[in-house]
Amino acid sequence: MKILVCISNVPDTTTKVKFKNDNTEFDTTGVQWIINPWDELALTRALELKEDSNNSVESVTVATVGTKTADQTLRKAMAIGADNAIRVDIEPKDAYYVAAQLAEVVKNNEFDIIFTGIESSDYNGSAVGGMLSEFLELPSVSAVSSFRLENDEVKITRDIDGGKEEVTSQTPMVAIVQKGIAIEPRIAAMRGIMMARKKPLDVVSPVETEPLTEVVEYELPQAKPPCKMIDPDNIEELVDLLQNEAKVI
Amino acid sequence: MAVLVYTENWDGKFKKYSSELVSYATKLAEMLGTQTVALSIGDVEEGELNQLANYGADKVVSAKHEKLKYLDNQAFTSVISQVAEKENADVVVIAHNNNGKALAPRVSARMKAGICSEVKELPSQLEPFTVTKKVFSGKAFAKMVIKSDKKILTLAQNTFDLVENPKDAEIENFEPEISDELIKTEVKDVQKTTNQLLLTDAEIVVSGGRGMKAPENWKPIEELAEVLGGTTACSRPVSDEGWRSHEEHTGQTGKIIAPNLYIAVGISGAIQHIAGVSDSKCIVAINNDKDAPVFEVADYGVVGDAFEVMPKLIEAAKKVKS
Repeated sequence: MKILVCISNVPDTTTKVKFKNDNTEFDTTGVQWIINPWDELALTRALELKEDSNNSVESVTVATVGTKTADQTLRKAMAIGADNAIRVDIEPKDAYYVAAQLAEVVKNNEFDIIFTGIESSDYNGSAVGGMLSEFLELPSVSAVSSFRLENDEVKITRDIDGGKEEVTSQTPMVAIVQKGIAIEPRIAAMRGIMMARKKPLDVVSPVETEPLTEVVEYELPQAKPPCKMIDPDNIEELVDLLQNEAKVI
Repeated sequence: MAVLVYTENWDGKFKKYSSELVSYATKLAEMLGTQTVALSIGDVEEGELNQLANYGADKVVSAKHEKLKYLDNQAFTSVISQVAEKENADVVVIAHNNNGKALAPRVSARMKAGICSEVKELPSQLEPFTVTKKVFSGKAFAKMVIKSDKKILTLAQNTFDLVENPKDAEIENFEPEISDELIKTEVKDVQKTTNQLLLTDAEIVVSGGRGMKAPENWKPIEELAEVLGGTTACSRPVSDEGWRSHEEHTGQTGKIIAPNLYIAVGISGAIQHIAGVSDSKCIVAINNDKDAPVFEVADYGVVGDAFEVMPKLIEAAKKVKS
């Protein structure tokens, strides 16, 4: 079995976001780039599946759509344990555009299981995984909080409103994962970092496609009015404010 | 032309979120000068379907098929796309929840319809079709233009006000075509947490952080939630430590919620936590560190020991609630 983990290269979650060119462009100056947190969990689970000798997972590949700046993130994914990486050499434009590029990567390689994170922490679209599976006409299961292989059969726990479902799926398939899929992301060790330098990173050309959406302007949220402080010895005041000022209880 | 809204059901029933979706779709249809068609998939009785007309649906399409008992993304995508085509829908509105996130992007790719996710407001203009969405996990907003003829919008929960708009809607039964080969997933078992108020549905949420010190100290969090008729949540470290289940984790990588009232107890307010709760209409922070970042986003704050403040707060809440 071959596993692909789709990776989004995103600003560190503690980044203070800024915009430039009249708020039409994200200002990447000084930004630290990381593997999108959900993708990192997916990668961790993919590596666990490979390491478990009960499974016949041959390889874990990571792929992203992005320019050379994303190489660092792909190397990090390989330092954690991915066997090889593929980068589609183009600036990501929107979810549709990215999913179309990734679909081409899947068509040119044979993968049995494709992992994507349920969301990326930059554009919060929750769209690439679903679109990718539709382009490939493959089954998809979303909100995956547990993914197991039993005799190479896919067993999934999917979160639903107020509960869980146990789901099986034919392969090849796309698993769109959320929190719970792995306990904690792995941290690259020095040996892994050294080895990652020698692992293959293929740069491929994009296919022709058009994005369907475009961001025309960014805005920062308006500053909130200052917090009203309440004396802990006069907590009745808080309840009164919640009832009569905020009107929420 | 039409605005199609997919309203999922929960064991044959709709909930407030369904009405929010229909209200939103109807307002959008008014802007576009067209009608609202609501789509229900699965077994829902006529009386329940009629409820969708209360919020403005001009027509309700009820798709039933033995293969639609459980969610299969390909089968459901096929049904939504078939109905969108049949009704000549220009815009499809879908919930931004687990179910909607599974389906909306598939429908988008199938219909070549640009998607804008987790919207909270109607488009700011129609030419070009411009919608505002949050980006960078709530640290900014983006005005997004959807350039394709067909469009998909997913609506955030608890953000769009209900608008009653009763209509005399026809209910049309639709028998979708679903081939055997299409279905490649199978639901083997369902476990439901019974009778519990869902975190995403709750209007009042009381949430505990590492400041609660240990899982056995959760009693006051639970009690306050009960007194106020709400439910409980927690911060990421708490779920990572296994003190509470990961389903309670609110924050960037956990659940994103927008209750009327969010009470953060012993939560410092890391930026990732705030990303999950910043849409709450009112935030109360109780923390013993006056410099905790949570006070920057809170509407009301109490600096004090949670174990001293909570019993007093529970008593005061009981008085006004009784």
